[in-house]
Amino acid sequence: MRKEPANLLEDEGFSFLTCMQCGTCTGSCPSGRYTSLNTRRIVLSARRNKDVYHDDDLWMCTTCYQCQERCPRGIKIVDGILTLRAESVHLGVMLPAHRKVAELVMEKGHAVPINDANKANRKALGMNELPETVHKYPEALDQVKKLIKATGFDKLVEEAGEQE
Amino acid sequence: MKPVSLFLGCIIPNRYPGIEKATKIVLDELDVDWADLKGASCCPAPGVFRSFDKTTWLTLAARNIVLSEQMNRDVLTICNGCFGSLTDANHELKNDPGLVKKINKHLAEVDMEYSGTSDVRHIIEFFYKDIGVDKIKEAVTHPLDIKAALHYGCHLIKPSKERDLGTVENPVFFDELLEATGAVSVEYEDKMACCGAGGGVRSALLDKSLEMSNAKLLHMAQAGVDCVINACPFCHLQLDFGQVEIKDKFGHEYNIPVLHYSQLLAIAMGHSPESVGLDLNFIKKQEFLDKLVG
Repeated sequence: MRKEPANLLEDEGFSFLTCMQCGTCTGSCPSGRYTSLNTRRIVLSARRNKDVYHDDDLWMCTTCYQCQERCPRGIKIVDGILTLRAESVHLGVMLPAHRKVAELVMEKGHAVPINDANKANRKALGMNELPETVHKYPEALDQVKKLIKATGFDKLVEEAGEQE
Repeated sequence: MKPVSLFLGCIIPNRYPGIEKATKIVLDELDVDWADLKGASCCPAPGVFRSFDKTTWLTLAARNIVLSEQMNRDVLTICNGCFGSLTDANHELKNDPGLVKKINKHLAEVDMEYSGTSDVRHIIEFFYKDIGVDKIKEAVTHPLDIKAALHYGCHLIKPSKERDLGTVENPVFFDELLEATGAVSVEYEDKMACCGAGGGVRSALLDKSLEMSNAKLLHMAQAGVDCVINACPFCHLQLDFGQVEIKDKFGHEYNIPVLHYSQLLAIAMGHSPESVGLDLNFIKKQEFLDKLVG
């Protein structure tokens, strides 16, 4: 059984309980102008232990930090949203597009890996076809893969894939 | 000035290599002691990794930082996303010995140990604090006669408590660096607004992320600028390729060239636009290129 949202946030040091519902966060939110994301409501729902883990709005935050910067109570709203997201992922919620990004890093070590067009672009610029990253050093990529296994991330992504 | 290792991230080497080349050119021109950070991986991308599992995010970020510790260099990032991910991870680890112990247990699997001896830098604040606007001005041999819309991007300056860069509502340090090239930094509505790409929104909710970019581009166009200047390849991609997507999806056409600050500075130092990959952008405008080399 995972922790209730309010307990999780309190344990992680996020003072969502001090929120006075002024709405500065929502008024400052660039995503909220175009999506259903209502930051003030997420803070309220979380502290009332509503099921924010399955709330689609959690994934509409661009993490621009404007709400966190302007919060008159100094609540770390975005860091809190990231904490709620991680809890939600551990409950099996994972958007397919995000799972693909995770799988790219697991396989290639890069969220945006090299492709043939950009190998050619690099060459045309007088650069090596491969950058000095995991792309060029297989033993470095092995390290990344080992670490992903060590933290159990591979299982986390796999299990979320099964739940889709 | 501590020597730095160059952290490339994903989008720059693999989608906009001209930015990588331009960065190396300007670091050499400014006599910065830099070296490749060999074997680095994705920072990892905060929108997905930090959102999925904090331990994995910290472990992969720590590995990248340890590579730099082993070289006795600070990490120099050229992307707001990489900077945010790595500096926030470094900050959390430096302030929590218990967390370091936990992460080091994982790192031991690959014979690594995090010790917290390297800082994470962003090229813009590095230029401002360690090189200085005056030295940049001196290095400019071909001052540019252009009007630019500056896009700071979010994670260069926020969360501000972990940044030490002053106000987030009306910062000026990047504008000063931009104007050191001769360019004029033009004011535009909602200048500090997000490009819309971050937090996993571009990958999962493309149309919504483009609506945010569209608002930015509209405000930039209304201010009558020649180009957009940024210091983040994810913002760069969103505002450059995003213009193609916006035209396709919403029918709005802006045709505003987008440049990373490294590219602009290299051009102001006399390097050709082609040599720093401007022709690899999706938005190409001959009129602008003529103005640059005019």
